[in-house]
Amino acid sequence: MIVQAVLFYIFAAVAVASGVMVVASRNPVHSVLFLIVTFFNAAALFVLIGAEFLAMILVIVYVGAVAVLFLFVVMMLNIDFLQLRSGFVRYLPVGAAIGVVLLAELIFIVFGWFGAPGGPSATIASATAGLSLSNTRALGNILYTRYLFAFQAAGLILLVAMIGAIVLTLRQRADIRRQSISAQLARTRAETVEVVKVPLGSGSS
Amino acid sequence: MLIGLAHYLTVAAILFTLGIFGIFLNRKNVIIMLMSIELMLLAVTINFVAFSVFLNNLTGQAFAMFVLTVAAAEAAIGLAILVVYFRNRGTIRVEDINMMKG
Repeated sequence: MIVQAVLFYIFAAVAVASGVMVVASRNPVHSVLFLIVTFFNAAALFVLIGAEFLAMILVIVYVGAVAVLFLFVVMMLNIDFLQLRSGFVRYLPVGAAIGVVLLAELIFIVFGWFGAPGGPSATIASATAGLSLSNTRALGNILYTRYLFAFQAAGLILLVAMIGAIVLTLRQRADIRRQSISAQLARTRAETVEVVKVPLGSGSS
Repeated sequence: MLIGLAHYLTVAAILFTLGIFGIFLNRKNVIIMLMSIELMLLAVTINFVAFSVFLNNLTGQAFAMFVLTVAAAEAAIGLAILVVYFRNRGTIRVEDINMMKG
């Protein structure tokens, strides 16, 4: 149990520290890499709490897809990022004030809720302890039965996102020359090859 | 010391606050703002999973998957809009995005 506590504090500390670096980093590429570190540590926290399937999905979807997408876009766009940071110090006080107020509110809610009579006790046993099914299997059982339509709607959202991204970024450029395979194949010998009788001593053209 | 629900909720609260802080701090860089939104969605996912485990109810984990789906779709569409905007205008400064006079 003490090992679990130590691991929790390590992963939580690294997640929060890299979250700070995401918003405070000077180079957006470093921000994306710190975002990846945050996601890995959140996945480790999920493993600690017994949600292995969601941890793996988090690594696959966030690190494998979303973070790489961010990395591609950051590196593809040719942007002067130092110029984009010019208002950093000016926005720091108001942002810090709002952040501190919000954090204080959230933590007061958490601890006020736990201190209240009738609130949940802070030491509930892990959910997977009494379960005979593995986490993945239990999640599949609930996802494909009770939340079947929500699951289908999620798939539809992903389809719409995919089509939307393709439609947004696809462009037909008219100013470049492309190979036209159908025109090439439609050519016949009769319209391209010509037999010319050349008189002796004169050119063919 | 036993790790309870309050610990997970505190970590999620800190990450959510960092997301909001990042949006206020990087007012000119849309990419960092999108990353901050991802941080906030991650905090929400941590909340879902923590409640799901400590209340012994798997519904939270199912909905955490849906949050993940929406986050992926949002990132894809947002970055596609960003790429198109950069292609048309040559900049992604937030204060230059004023064509609609909103």
